Amino acid sequence: MIEVSGLTKFYGPRTAVSDLNFTVNSGEVVGFLGPNGAGKSTTMKILTGFMPASMGTVKVNGFDVFRQSIEVKRSTGYLPENPPVYLEMVVEEYLKFAARLHDVPKAKLKSAVDSAIQRTGLTQVKNRIIGNLSKGYRQRVGLAQALVHDPKVLILDEPTVGLDPVQIIEIRELIKSLAGQHTVILSSHILPEVTATCQRIIVINKGQIVAQDSIERLTTRMRQGLLYQMNVRSPNEPGIKALRAVPGVKDVQAAGDRLQIEILPEQQELRDRLVETAVRENMGVLEFSAEKLSLEEVFLQLTTKETNA
Amino acid sequence: MKFSLRKAWTVASRDFRSYFTSPIAYIVIAGFLVIMGWMFFFNLSHFSMQNLQYKQFGMGKGMSITEGILRPLYGNMNVIFLFLIPFITMRLFAEERKLQTIQLLMTSPLTLFEIIFGKFLSAFLLVLTMLGLTAVYPVILLVCGNPDPGTLIANYAGTLLLASCYISLGVLFSAMTENQIVAGALTFAAGLFFWLVNWASQSAGSFWADVLDYLSLIQHFGNFSQGIIDSADVIFYLSFIGLGLFLTHRVLDSYRWR
Repeated sequence: MIEVSGLTKFYGPRTAVSDLNFTVNSGEVVGFLGPNGAGKSTTMKILTGFMPASMGTVKVNGFDVFRQSIEVKRSTGYLPENPPVYLEMVVEEYLKFAARLHDVPKAKLKSAVDSAIQRTGLTQVKNRIIGNLSKGYRQRVGLAQALVHDPKVLILDEPTVGLDPVQIIEIRELIKSLAGQHTVILSSHILPEVTATCQRIIVINKGQIVAQDSIERLTTRMRQGLLYQMNVRSPNEPGIKALRAVPGVKDVQAAGDRLQIEILPEQQELRDRLVETAVRENMGVLEFSAEKLSLEEVFLQLTTKETNA
Repeated sequence: MKFSLRKAWTVASRDFRSYFTSPIAYIVIAGFLVIMGWMFFFNLSHFSMQNLQYKQFGMGKGMSITEGILRPLYGNMNVIFLFLIPFITMRLFAEERKLQTIQLLMTSPLTLFEIIFGKFLSAFLLVLTMLGLTAVYPVILLVCGNPDPGTLIANYAGTLLLASCYISLGVLFSAMTENQIVAGALTFAAGLFFWLVNWASQSAGSFWADVLDYLSLIQHFGNFSQGIIDSADVIFYLSFIGLGLFLTHRVLDSYRWR
């Protein structure tokens, strides 16, 4: 459904994204995850045809985003970072306008608007002026605008920003319900959001894809990069050195009698050897436990790798 | 390039309505009508006084309403449009860019030119509304006197074309900045410049005098005000409008590449 190859964008001398390659299959919900300024919005603006890429090609629904932008725009719904709502308009009137812009035929206009209002929970405020609505409702109006023409592809840039927890859950449910009939790309810098709604994530950092996989696989893959916690009676330098020397150990940090042992990812079971070494070095093991990395930490690891290296 | 009037109309009708959901339309129309009403009243009373004096001294059958009232009235109307149109056009693109609502238009299946023409059309319709409201003056004159209907029509046509040139400038400058004040000020300055550009023609050589005269927006209104609709003037105005909208297209397109 969406094919991105070699996508690169320069803002003057600054590279916003470089050489992105990914595909999104029809009916899939994909999360675009990355810290602020990673290039998420830039990528989305290119996918929607708002901005041309400096290099590379993007195909949506088989159409080239640059050469056949009208066809792409017709089958795409886009919610930008700031919902593009006209503050002086009434919700219903605004959605009618958005539907008309997207070539919804006159006969279907009413039902399209009604269904978008209903799906985004705007029924109570449909006759109100958008400027008088709260940020959360404006965000929903923005989402309704993206949905109103029932597009094949939905591109949502931080769809739950500014919503309260109840609304966030509702919107996430809505996005999940879109899977299957719609292809959705949503961006976020909040991890639980992506895990709650998406089948697959693409982690982007500093304009480059650092990982893309299904959520389960990404977590299991990274889970093997473990952190052990060891409390010892008498920590000593040679003992710590010996632990560091165990193959597969990335680093050992000592804070008083508490040792933090970081294991390189994708290592075999090391617990026996670690305890053995500690005992041999007369440190006296009091407590030994494993700390699993949450997806949050995986994300952090992926996006901070470059600075560590 | 594909162009669908229906899509341009979608944009135009939203913008036209938005003039009336904000105070802009009411203030501009009210200001316009107050000034025009004052001028009409002043012209009319001045004219009837002079006319009376002419008749007292037995100088022929009096003055012509067309010459005495209509021509100065529409001449002045053009000056007022020069002042008012920047207020009408300054928001068209500047506000959309500032509030980022332009993203909706730019990611909808519309061509850039459909958007631009829609914007132009919305301001044009507002000006048309304003002109329509001034029709009450010629109606009064038609009831009480005998103004030349041909001159009347030519004046309206010329005013509409001239005003459209200002709108075209306004659309262009509104696309150039996110700041409405800047857009308005530039529109006014440019409009005034194309108005006064032929002042220099007196001191220029004959070739350049012709060029400057040709470029002057008001110079081309002369024929209309006398009741002559000359295709040369119409073509000048239409090309001026077209050039403004074309440059707007270039400006908006260039943003996408930055």
